[in-house]
Amino acid sequence: MAALNLLTTKGLSRNFGGLWAVHNVDFELPEGQVRALIGPNGAGKSTFVGLLCGRIPASSGSVQFDGRDVTALPAHKRIALGMAYTFQITSIFAKLSLWENVALAVRRKHHGDANAVEGGVKAALSRVGLADRADQLAGDLSYGHQRLLEIAMGLGQQPRLLILDEPTQGLAESEVDDFKKLVRNLAGETTVLLIEHNMDVVMDTADMITVLNFGEVLAEETPETIRDNSAVQAAYLGTG
Amino acid sequence: MSAAAKSVWLHGGVITLLFALQFVLPAYHHGNLARIMVLAVYAMGYNMLFGYTGLLSLGHALFFAAGMYGLGLTIAFLDFAPSPALLSGIISALIVSAVVGFLALRTTGVAFMIVTLMFAQAGFLTILLFGEYTRGDEGFVIQQPERVLAGIDLTTPGNRYFAALILFSVCLIITARVVQTPFGKVLIAIRENEDRARMLGYDVLRHKLIAVIISGTMSGAAGAAYALLFGYVGASFAAVQYSIFPLLWVLLGGAGTTIGPLVGTIFMFYLIDLSSGLTSAYMLIAGVTLVLLTLFARQGLVGELRKRALPWLP
Ligand SMILES: Nc1ncnc2c1ncn2[C@@H]1O[C@H](COP(=O)(O)OP(=O)(O)OP(=O)(O)O)[C@@H](O)[C@H]1O
Ligand SMILES: [Mg+2]
Repeated sequence: MAALNLLTTKGLSRNFGGLWAVHNVDFELPEGQVRALIGPNGAGKSTFVGLLCGRIPASSGSVQFDGRDVTALPAHKRIALGMAYTFQITSIFAKLSLWENVALAVRRKHHGDANAVEGGVKAALSRVGLADRADQLAGDLSYGHQRLLEIAMGLGQQPRLLILDEPTQGLAESEVDDFKKLVRNLAGETTVLLIEHNMDVVMDTADMITVLNFGEVLAEETPETIRDNSAVQAAYLGTG
Repeated sequence: MSAAAKSVWLHGGVITLLFALQFVLPAYHHGNLARIMVLAVYAMGYNMLFGYTGLLSLGHALFFAAGMYGLGLTIAFLDFAPSPALLSGIISALIVSAVVGFLALRTTGVAFMIVTLMFAQAGFLTILLFGEYTRGDEGFVIQQPERVLAGIDLTTPGNRYFAALILFSVCLIITARVVQTPFGKVLIAIRENEDRARMLGYDVLRHKLIAVIISGTMSGAAGAAYALLFGYVGASFAAVQYSIFPLLWVLLGGAGTTIGPLVGTIFMFYLIDLSSGLTSAYMLIAGVTLVLLTLFARQGLVGELRKRALPWLP
């Protein structure tokens, strides 16, 4: 029996003043998979995930999450259904402590339960290696650490689908390795949709790769077969 | 000490201090402080929206006036006793703020400022238009017999001070409590980064609407209490200056701090009071001081204190 799809889109499109940033995308993401979304700059990756989580309204097409049509739902309701989203351009609460940043992510589910919040915050910060900085202000962190904090805010929500928009951008080599481990650890429990330019990360973490080009799906391959796909190479991998 | 414990000590301390001051202050300052406490309630209401949620309204005089007229008109025309009249003032402000919030929150930023300003101007003009009942600019007086609340005569200085202190304390405790709750933390999150708050799954619009209602209702409670304690209802309290005052008090005292509104109100009250004793150009002195403060203490008095010395201040 085929695995259940956690997320499905049909004919999903978004037009920006005549330009189809995302055009007619049919996309299926099975539960539990780590999926990488790659493509050249301006391919429409960020727009596509924006359409999934409701940050950007669709021009046409539909989004199904967990068997339910969410196309008409505002972003916060989709998030409440179990999506989590991290921004390509770091977006944190700079004047609040790391602890409070993650607590805001954790609290929505464990509303009144202070112990559960405390535990959730500790767990999420530990997973990205920032537990000992919990009392620092988020704005005082280095850029790389802010990226990690943002991932912790994603994890703190205990989402069913974790959407990460270029999480490793600005991370040091060793942090990228830790990130790979983190994603592989998530593999069993959470479905991950990962936009990523670093092909090492893609090859080491993804179960499947979707290639987007000019707003359309160019290919869907496993890491093993993608290097042989000549269309992908021409569009993205830069060999000719 | 935990944040909650510090909060109890701080706010308990402020209330105790205000309680004790009534026994030592000379009559003049005693009367001033009663007035300041009521105005500080107005500032605290404003601070809930501006300081904690990050929404700048230029129309809070509408809420202050809704409370004031909700009390004054029911006393004048429906012969309400003070307690139901007070309740009527508070409910009027609640309804007005719910309606204004619902409509004005369709806009953001500068548009929100303008829309709230327009609503308040519309309210002001409505008061003038119905001058037959409201007596317009001239206003009307609430007589001494109508200001006896549950057997307590609110026209005597001692009772008046005590009533102001009770209202102030209740509103201070509400504010201190709200900003410690998960709801209050979400308001702060919205102030800091609205998009991020939304993408953490919070209904930003709903939170803002509730913030407008808390803010407007507290402002209205101040308006109603002001009329009851000082016996006068007039259209000048609905005019644009009364929308600007709470903004100034909060900016001076420290936006987004629980005790900043009180500090700012005291500061500005005595700034004007003292400088008008020195010269007829007192607004100039007040103005220059305000400019200096905004240049050198941008977070307001309590805000600077928090930044430099006491980072735990709520
Ligand atoms: N708000 C917007 N208004 C107009 N055009 C937009 C908007 N957002 C994106 N675009 C355009 O849509 C296209 C896709 O942009 P998008 O950000 O989705 O690409 P991307 O694949 O995420 O690129 P990158 O790898 O650089 O992040 C680009 O041509 C971009 O200029
Ligand atoms: Mg992008």
